[in-house]
Amino acid sequence: MATTDAGLASDAHDKPGHGHSDHGHGDHDHDHPSYLAHHFDTPEQQFDSGKLGMWLFLVTEVLFFSGMFCAYAIFRSWRPEVFEGCSQFLNTKLGAINTGVLLFSSFTMAWGVRCAQKEQHKLLTVMLATTLSCATVFLGVKAIEYSHKWHLGLLPAGLFSYDPANLHPEGGPNYLAWICAPFIAITIGVAIWLVVSFLRGAKFQFECAKPLFVVCLFFFVGVGLGTILESGADKEHSSHDTVAVSDAHGSEPGEGHAAVEGHDSHADAVASTDAEPATDHSTDLALIERLASDSTNTGLKADLEARKMQSELASGGIVYDVVDDTSATVAHAEDNVLRPSRAGVFFSIYYCMTGIHAIHILAGIGVMVWLLVRSVRKDFNHNYFGPVDYVGLYWHIVDMIWIYLFPLMYLIR
Amino acid sequence: MSAGSVPSGYEVNDPGYPIPQENYLTNSKGILSWAFTLDHKRIGMMYLVGVCSAFLLGGLLAIGIRLHLFAPDGILFNNGLFKWLAPDKAPNDIYNQVFTLHGAIMVFLFIIPSVPAALGNFLVPVMLGAKDVAFPRLNLSSFYLWVCGAVFFVMALLASGLDTGWTFYTPYSTTTDSSVILATTGAFVLGFSSIFTGLNFIVTINTMRPPGMTWFRMPLFLWATYSTSIIQVLATPVLGITLLLLIAERTMHIGIFDPEYNGDPVTFQHFFWFYSHPAVYIMILPAFGIISELISVHSHKRIFGYRFIAYSSIAIALLSFIVWGHHMFTSGMSPITTIIFSALTFSVSVPSAIKVFNWVATMYKGSISLTTPMVYAISFIFLFTIGGLTGLHLGTLATDLHLHDTYFVVAHFHYVMVGGTVVAFLGGVFHWWPKMVGKMYSELGGKISAAFVFFGFNLTFLPQFVLGSRGMPRRYATYDPEFAALHQMSTYGSLILGVGLFVALFVLLVSLFKGKKAPANPWGGATLEWNCTSPPPFYNFDRPPVVGDPYEFGNIEWDAESDRYVKVEPKRQIVPSEKPADSPAHASE
Ligand code: HEM
Ligand SMILES: [Cu+2]
Repeated sequence: MATTDAGLASDAHDKPGHGHSDHGHGDHDHDHPSYLAHHFDTPEQQFDSGKLGMWLFLVTEVLFFSGMFCAYAIFRSWRPEVFEGCSQFLNTKLGAINTGVLLFSSFTMAWGVRCAQKEQHKLLTVMLATTLSCATVFLGVKAIEYSHKWHLGLLPAGLFSYDPANLHPEGGPNYLAWICAPFIAITIGVAIWLVVSFLRGAKFQFECAKPLFVVCLFFFVGVGLGTILESGADKEHSSHDTVAVSDAHGSEPGEGHAAVEGHDSHADAVASTDAEPATDHSTDLALIERLASDSTNTGLKADLEARKMQSELASGGIVYDVVDDTSATVAHAEDNVLRPSRAGVFFSIYYCMTGIHAIHILAGIGVMVWLLVRSVRKDFNHNYFGPVDYVGLYWHIVDMIWIYLFPLMYLIR
Repeated sequence: MSAGSVPSGYEVNDPGYPIPQENYLTNSKGILSWAFTLDHKRIGMMYLVGVCSAFLLGGLLAIGIRLHLFAPDGILFNNGLFKWLAPDKAPNDIYNQVFTLHGAIMVFLFIIPSVPAALGNFLVPVMLGAKDVAFPRLNLSSFYLWVCGAVFFVMALLASGLDTGWTFYTPYSTTTDSSVILATTGAFVLGFSSIFTGLNFIVTINTMRPPGMTWFRMPLFLWATYSTSIIQVLATPVLGITLLLLIAERTMHIGIFDPEYNGDPVTFQHFFWFYSHPAVYIMILPAFGIISELISVHSHKRIFGYRFIAYSSIAIALLSFIVWGHHMFTSGMSPITTIIFSALTFSVSVPSAIKVFNWVATMYKGSISLTTPMVYAISFIFLFTIGGLTGLHLGTLATDLHLHDTYFVVAHFHYVMVGGTVVAFLGGVFHWWPKMVGKMYSELGGKISAAFVFFGFNLTFLPQFVLGSRGMPRRYATYDPEFAALHQMSTYGSLILGVGLFVALFVLLVSLFKGKKAPANPWGGATLEWNCTSPPPFYNFDRPPVVGDPYEFGNIEWDAESDRYVKVEPKRQIVPSEKPADSPAHASE
């Protein structure tokens, strides 16, 4: 048995014909451009890694949202009437505008990637600024939507306090002002930056601040747009009541749906009101109690009911008690056992989904600002445009999620 | 090797191998060079220290649990000291908090990051032959997220404890006034840490393989890490959103999980187990990977059924997503659903069993060196087999109705998590310790620790199977006197187990100061990490390594003269059928 004198490690290195040049770490960056991280061999490897990483990240994003989509599916299948009824409260026009805005921003983002590849630095900056402006318009519109609903008390289950008899409760904070405050602060900050950099002749800073200032202004364009479109809202509310009323009356879903469908054209809604002479105030209240403010109805009234609930809970599982209806689940437990606000659940899901989506928009704005600065600095070239590409992918997924949210939330009446 | 081939900057002070003057531990100094390091090896070492501290904390809580349960009415937390520490809490409350934090810390802070983040970070790039993971910055941020999560957990402990059990079931978790929000935020942050690690490994393994490293020439540890990473990336986001919704439920009462507001607690359980069942495979799959390496290297024999082991890891990763319902047989699912979940549960055990058979077949007719890592690996096979088989008792619908929420479940998951993952983790640490720190430890000490761990572990948890099947429910601070003897056995066992773990720690720490210098290849392994010096240089390999067959031991021989393993001319002709399909001869085409 002949032992080679070399240890196996160096032995391995001695094999001839190996593709790599032997470089120690002293000279490893002679063929490394500045944008290539030390541990990658080639720009392609770096790009591929980044791209795969981004795709995986997007997978996690999709799964993250999928939890909420599941919650949506579960609760909607249990209480379709609640979802359809509550969807009335969402302003389709605003949702549609936002959908359009986001779609357009996806387009400009994709164009931006193209610009980065073709080294059109100016155009890239313009594209990024446009995408950012769309994002802020989106947020501006959302600010109107949210503040309006909060004002009406259309809140998650536990806080739900909507009262149609008193649509504009006195007092309460001015939500819109609170939401806008940070944006106003940022806008003023950017404005100051713009002026200072101009006065001091800091060209690069000025070049960055200019588009960012425009981006900030677009938030207020969004707010304005939202205000104009939302102002027709009071008319809509009367039709909410209409729908709800017929819903309350018709225990067969069909009847409620007829009214629901009639919602879009005001005339139809009125007609259905006429057809339903019982639109007096008491029915209104009965409906509202059911739909909204049953948080007054807290606590199980008696031990008996509690036990009933228990057995309902267990039924359909293995521990059979009294019920032998295997399809029974909590959802089918009788109404009086189901205590709290039902409408609240719709808004819970609405706020969770759109809220987390909005957080993603904010994060997107953050990274795109960073891209914009780098684009002004002319960092990207045909070999190195990864970051623009990855952020583009991210932006598309955020857009995609909205494309699903919009019909599922706004268009289900 | 002639002196001429030694690259400049190196000196020949190790016969046959040029030792770089610097290695990853010495190439920069100072605490900041560690805090801001992007080197996967240093991050791995920091993780190792971190998870071991978490293990210590969780272990102390566990000893607390066992001491309390020594007598039917409880002992430890009845002590006046606790009255003084927490005047407003009854002993039973304290017990609830201690077992909850024990579970949560062990699961989220220790066992999930243990193998992938600590050993994996160190080993994945080295085994692969890469310079680093694909995203070093993400890697570092994942470590700091872990630290951040740990801080949240400690804050929860100090604030007002946590008493929901590690599972955070609603509606209790929405009503209790303990620090659920702190703990869930911690778990949420830790989830991101885990996702980042997993994402990094998937990308690293996909894009950073050097020429010649084909998928089927990867060591099985890499396959295991890869499939673990898939689960981490696919399951953890669901936990993230679940915990986020739980936090929202507590703060805003969104009424999704809380029946008080018309929500549905069973939905919470579905969401939770959709993550947490796959998570148990996040815990065990990397351990499988370790065992595949250990068994093969220390038996000096080609791993039996390489492809089966590799594919079974992927199979487990995918199957683990469709069996979560077996945790909820008694939660009120429809009978048909429970039956389906029960049947699916059995399917998971098939790939697990394949692995066990392959390991045993690898040892068969191997020339086994009973080193410390090997002793741990063999205990793993025993203990994991028991744990896995009892999983089948639980997966069987009819028996689970009786065993659910008893000590039988406790014993089952400790057999797989401690007997499986922790033992494999210890084995792995002993196996790669010479590589990580460049020092050999005392073999005798290592084996003593393994013996204590094995014996203590069995004494702790075997009685719990009996307890459970006799009806002792889990998560109770007091019990019927008839269970006393078994509980006492269990407590004694836990102390022995604790001693074993401290012996292991001691042996490793002593080696840092007193240990012999480790050669590049102390065990005769054929994977790439044994090709670089111990400890490895900053870029892992001074020159790109030549990728060979990771399980070809025919040309590695013990050389008594230089006291190390060396490469020799193949002593026997390799029978073609023993070759994997793409052995070097094929791949070089
Ligand atoms: C080999 C296949 C396995 C099967 C068939 C299996 C089956 C089960 C079943 C049916 C339960 C639910 C028992 C109950 O609550 O009534 C369970 C619980 C558990 N298993 Fe496994 N298991 C397996 C492997 C593992 C592994 C590898 C781990 C971890 C490394 C693990 C960790 C756990 C844990 C932590 C629980 C308890 C969770 C809790 O309620 O706190 N299992 N197992
Ligand atoms: Cu499970």
